[in-house]
This record gives sequence, structure tokens and C-alpha cells, in this order.
Amino acid sequence: MAVANEETVLSRRFEKVNTVLEKYGRNPLNLIQVLQEVQAEYRYLPEEILTYVATALGISPSFVYGVATFYAQFSLEPKGKHIIRVCDGTACHVRGSMKVLEVVREQLGLRGEDITTPDLLFTVETVACIGACALAPALMVDEEVYGQMDQEKIENLIEEMIEKEKGGDQ
Amino acid sequence: MPFTTKAALESHIEQLKKRPQGSRIFVCCGLGCLAKNSRKVYERFVELVKEGHFQVQVDTLEEERSNPAPTGCMGLCEAGPLVMIEPQGILYLRVKPEDAEKIMERTLGKGEVIEDLVYTENRGEEVQRWPLMKDVPFYRKQEKIVLRNCGCIDPESLDEYLEQDGYLALAQAVTGMTPDEVIGMITKSGLRGRGGGGFPTGRKWQFARVVKSDRKYVICNADEGDPGAFMDRSVAEGDPHSVLEGIALAGYAIGAREGYIYVRAEYPLAVRRLKKAIQDAQDAGFLGTHIMGSGFSFDVKVKEGAGAFVCGEETALIASIEGKRGMPNPRPPFPAHRGLFGKPTIINNVETLANVPAIIHRGAEWFRGFGTLNSPGTKTFALSGRIENTGLAEVPMGITLRELVFEVGGGIQGGKQFKAVQIGGPSGGCLTEQHLDLTVDYDSLCSAGAIMGSGGLVVLDVDTCIVELARFFMSFTQDESCGKCVPCREGTKHMLKILQNIVDGRSKLDEMALLEEAAQVVKDASLCGLGKTAPNPVLTTLQYFKDEYIAHVLDKVCPAHVCVSMKEYLIDPEKCKACGKCARVCPVDCIAGRPKVPYVIDQEKCIKCGSCFEVCPFDAVMVDWRKRSDEQQSA
Repeated sequence: MAVANEETVLSRRFEKVNTVLEKYGRNPLNLIQVLQEVQAEYRYLPEEILTYVATALGISPSFVYGVATFYAQFSLEPKGKHIIRVCDGTACHVRGSMKVLEVVREQLGLRGEDITTPDLLFTVETVACIGACALAPALMVDEEVYGQMDQEKIENLIEEMIEKEKGGDQ
Repeated sequence: MPFTTKAALESHIEQLKKRPQGSRIFVCCGLGCLAKNSRKVYERFVELVKEGHFQVQVDTLEEERSNPAPTGCMGLCEAGPLVMIEPQGILYLRVKPEDAEKIMERTLGKGEVIEDLVYTENRGEEVQRWPLMKDVPFYRKQEKIVLRNCGCIDPESLDEYLEQDGYLALAQAVTGMTPDEVIGMITKSGLRGRGGGGFPTGRKWQFARVVKSDRKYVICNADEGDPGAFMDRSVAEGDPHSVLEGIALAGYAIGAREGYIYVRAEYPLAVRRLKKAIQDAQDAGFLGTHIMGSGFSFDVKVKEGAGAFVCGEETALIASIEGKRGMPNPRPPFPAHRGLFGKPTIINNVETLANVPAIIHRGAEWFRGFGTLNSPGTKTFALSGRIENTGLAEVPMGITLRELVFEVGGGIQGGKQFKAVQIGGPSGGCLTEQHLDLTVDYDSLCSAGAIMGSGGLVVLDVDTCIVELARFFMSFTQDESCGKCVPCREGTKHMLKILQNIVDGRSKLDEMALLEEAAQVVKDASLCGLGKTAPNPVLTTLQYFKDEYIAHVLDKVCPAHVCVSMKEYLIDPEKCKACGKCARVCPVDCIAGRPKVPYVIDQEKCIKCGSCFEVCPFDAVMVDWRKRSDEQQSA
């Protein structure tokens, strides 16, 4: 039974991947776009999907793996539902982005090397620059930009997000 | 209905210009203002207009022109959300949703200026107010060519772009000029690449023009990776059609049929706006087959980057569009000969291309009227850091750094002392007080060891540690080094290690010579621009701020009070009540004491986390930034 279940899960997974592959005409030139859309679907790039994509595009798995590990956007580990990107560009850096990162991580209870909360709700990353230098220090939650962050603003923001997530479960 | 002739376009534009020019509200919806809630301000205006309480206003409303209009970046991000009222050109700052009613009633209704919302300068007793945008000190020295439409049109409306003579340059070129004439005009204008290198755009086009090939490509580089730069994002978001028109003109000039815009995935709004603009331009016949009834056909696609700084380098960018790891290749062959998919390709950045339609439309001589002889035109700068007016400013080349920082930028935040400007991002350098009267153009910046770069300008005050900043840039370039060539891959690592040691107070004096040597090797021997320029921040700071390095290395002192390793936490025995709170929170158990005896911190074990400082109820824990050793000796 367990095996059968796994198989249906896998085939369902690949179904979505197939749709993406079709959309890009199974053309290796579109590998980055394919990986971007696959990642948007699963929030990361599972290893078996990388191999599947390679076979489908007729390129070697090592080539796909090479691309997947080259770009900062791709992750081979599962990411949280919401991605908090703390900007560490020059302007943010001189206006205290490291402190922002510290507060965000503390609020979410992230320790050590962890970047994702155990409930898979939040992933915290730094990004080289989101181009909101005039609002430094800034951070981005998914596609939304928040500027001129201080301790209080961060605490409120994160509390609000956690509230919202809890509310959604009920 | 697509436009099939130049005459049809001209008569449409004429129609648009004849529309009655009533009062109009522009709400800045550039990223800076959006993050400050300008969307709510915009929505409030929409509500009020819909409710129709304001007769005067409703009379001038038209169906086809959005009013209020959400615009791209107006520039003065610091004071957002910004609202501009036309036709007077009144600029309101820090507008809140609840101000909307007041603005409609008083400014639109009665033509009054609301003093609380305008730009105000306090000069001691005297208060100076500047209600009109053009008078505000931030805008006074600006000349807008690239940003000509940013902040005064709705970027999602094609008609608004057309009303500003949009796509006339393209129509003019494809129906009345040969490709060689287009290139000739760009060459004559003296336009140089705004992405960093400053290579003459006309010459670049000429290289690709003369190569015979069945296919050629134009790539617009919108992979604005320099931390501290956001002009390309602002143009793509605020005036996407000007970029498209520039790309199409470049395509016509070199004989390409296809163009790509390579945008950072971190700029989702720019991606969305560009895609919409492409769709609208196709529907109107500015892209597609037989543009304006001519023999020229051209299509543009958007490609999203996946986060790699090195992809700003031409050959790496091409590899990335081809779906590969974005690693640079040795040149020659230059992309103009063998580029995307092995075909002749030109790559221009957003700002360069946004200049092109203006030059074609208004002529090379007009363009040469701005800027200097060798660097004509303007440059857009992203002002940030410890500066009063952070934001986006377009100034004529040849302006001095002093004017840019102190007049346009409004000086240092909180009236603090100026220390340096970092210009050109991780590839650029730091310039100091002695360079303030330097003119801003490609050649003079280069001679001072900095580069124009993409135009990031981060202002530093006395509270910024130069060595830490150099370490920051090095950690950035080291992280972004693609690893293909040894000098960059290994050299940046070693440089970073030395800088980290200096910042951590673990370095010796001979390491500074090693740092300089390594920097020179990386600069001379790296394969691509990223590596070749990576040492610039270190070299310029070593040159102009040697004392600060030496203070870190010899005296273990951080003059700016930034480097954590250089500070000590001490307990004032007079104030300590021996409550033991500090010892309980200390994560490394380095605070010892017993009841009634003041506690003491073991400096050897202390990790400077500051927990004791935060927890002490009697303010007995002090931060000591170590006196300079010479002061200690004399004391």
C-alpha cells in the first residue's frame, strides 16, 4: 500500500512538472524558467525532480544540478511558505541590516544555521540588494517590501504574520 | 487598432495632446513610496473621486485618463508617499490617506497650497517652504532625460507614454532613417554605456551592424545587481515603454529581429510592468511584424534572472539566457561578433536604452547640450546611506560631488560630519572630502580610482567604519565570484580572510601589505569585470583611509565604534549592586561575583553579545571602545 501511495504522489508531482515542461516546449534553453516554475510549485527543487527534468530535456543531471546550485534563487532544501528576505545591500548594511536580521531570526526562534522554521511557515534569507536603498534598512516578505525597519516594526510585522497564519488554520 | 503609418501615430498623439488639461493628481507608486503605504493614499483619492463630493474636480475628469494616476518613482523616496498636483506642479510630501480629502478640497477646489505638506527648510529662525516640485532643492539641479516620464505618467498606460511623443522616435527611424543614420546619430551624441564601463554606445552598435549574420540580438541588461543601485528598476517600473522603444531602435540599427530583457527576479513589479508594456506595444503595432508599415519586424521577450551578480557581465548574462550557469567567457570573441546563441549581440543597460529614443527624437546636438565634452548627457544616481534626501536623482554629467551630496542630497543625515562616498558599488571605490570638488564624469572618477558604475552612491558619515565596509564589499564579491578563474576565486577569499582578521582585531601589520598585493593580483589577472574590479573598494580605502586600517591593526581600535571585537563591556563597581542578573544571562558564563561584591567580566571569555548591558537594571555595565594605545601610554 505504502509503495502504491508513494507512486501516486510521485506521478502527481511529475504531472505538474510535465505541464511546466510542455509550457516551455521541452527546450533546454528554458531550463532556468522551468526550474523557477517548478520551485514556485514545490517551494524547492526536490532531487528526483531535477533528474526527471534532465531526462525530459535530454540533458545530463549534472548540468541541471550545476544550474540549480549556481543561482541564489534555487534551493535544494524545502523552504517556508513565506520567504522573508532581509536586504543586506550597501545602503541597508550601513543603516543596520545585520541587526534587522538578528531581530527577525529571534522573533521566529531561528537558531544556529537554521533558515526555515520547523513548521515550514517562514524562511529567512539575506539578499544582496532589493533596490529599496532609499528605505534602508529594508526587507521583503514574499513580494511585499517593507522599509525603514526598526525593532518594533519588525516585531509587529512578524506577530501579524504569525497571527494570520494561525487564523487561516481555523 | 495597430498603427500602420507614422502619420496615424502623429495624428493620434495630436488628439491626445488636445485633451483638456484639468487638474490631475499623481500619486507616486514607485517601490519606495509603496513601501510607505502610498497605495492606500491612492485608493483614498480614488474613493473620493468616485464619491463625487468635489464638483470642481469631477468636471475635469475624463474617462480615458486615470485621475488620480499611480506613477513611477518621483525620486525623493525619503519623504514619501509623494503626491504631485498638476497643472501647477505642487509636490506634497509624506501624504497620509487622511490628507487626501484636504488636498482635494483645498488644492484642487480652491487652488490653495497646504503648507504642512510641502518641502520645508529650517534655517534657524527662518522657515523656507517650496511648494512647487521644480523649486525643491532636491530637484533644482536635476535634468531629466532618462527619468523624463518617471513620476508624471501612469506607467501602465500606453496613451500617456504616447502623449509625451512616445514611439515617435521609432516611427521616425523605421520610416525615414537608415540603420546607419541611426547609429551615426547615437555616435554623434556621444552617448556612453550607463551600466558601468562607459563604452561608446554608437561604436558598440557599429561593431554588431557590420557583422553579417542571419540573426542578431539585442539584450537589455536589467540585472541591476549592484547593491545600492536602483535606477534601472525605477525606469523599468516607471516608464517601461521608453526602454522598449530603446531596444527596438537598437534592433533596427544593428539589424536584429529579436530582443531580450534580462531582469532580476527580485524586481517582480518591473517584470510585470515590462510584460504588460510589451503586450500593449504589440497590440498597437510598435512591436511585431512590419512596424509602422516598414520592413522592420521586432519582438521582445522578458527573461527573469535567478540571482547571480556575475550575470551583469555580458558573457555571463548570455550564458544565463541560454539556460546555463551564468559564468563569463574570455573575450574575444566579443558578443558583437559571437554572442547569444552564437550570433552577433549587443547588450545595453536600461538607462542607456532609455536615453536612445530621446536622442533620436530630439537630435544629437540637443543631447550634447547636457553634460561634458567627453561624457555628454546625464547620469541617474541612487542616493542612499547617511544622506538627508535618499532617492533617485538625474543630474547632468560634470556636476561636482559636493553639489550632488550637499545640494541635491541635502547633506548628511542629522547634520553629522561627512566622511566619504562610496560610488560604483562593489566594483567602485570610496572617495573622500578631498574629492568633493571632483566633477562627476567617467574620466575624472576613473582617475580618482572609483568608477561611475551603475550609479549607486552611498554616503558615509563618521559613524561608518571604512574597514568594515571594505570587508562587506569583499564578502559580497567573494560570495558572488563564480569560481571559474583562480585569481578571483582564491584571491577574493584570501582578501576577505585578511579583512575579517583586521575587523576581528586579530591581524598583524605585515598582513596589510599582503592584502594590497593580493588585491593587485586579483585586479590584474581575473577573467571578467567582476574580478578585475572587486579589489577597488579595498584599494581605494587603503589609499585614502590608511590610518583607519592601522588603527584596527596596530591599536585594535575602531575609530567609528562599529567593529564589535574592538569594544569591551565593563562593570562599574560603583554602580553594581551585585544582583547577579548579568551573570545569569551571560551565555558563556564569563561574569563572576558574589553577594555584596561588584561583579567582574572576564574579557578573555567575553563574546561581546551585550546581553549583560541590556539586562542590567542599574546601568552599571558600560561599553568601552578601548582607548588608543598611545593615549594609554601618555596617561
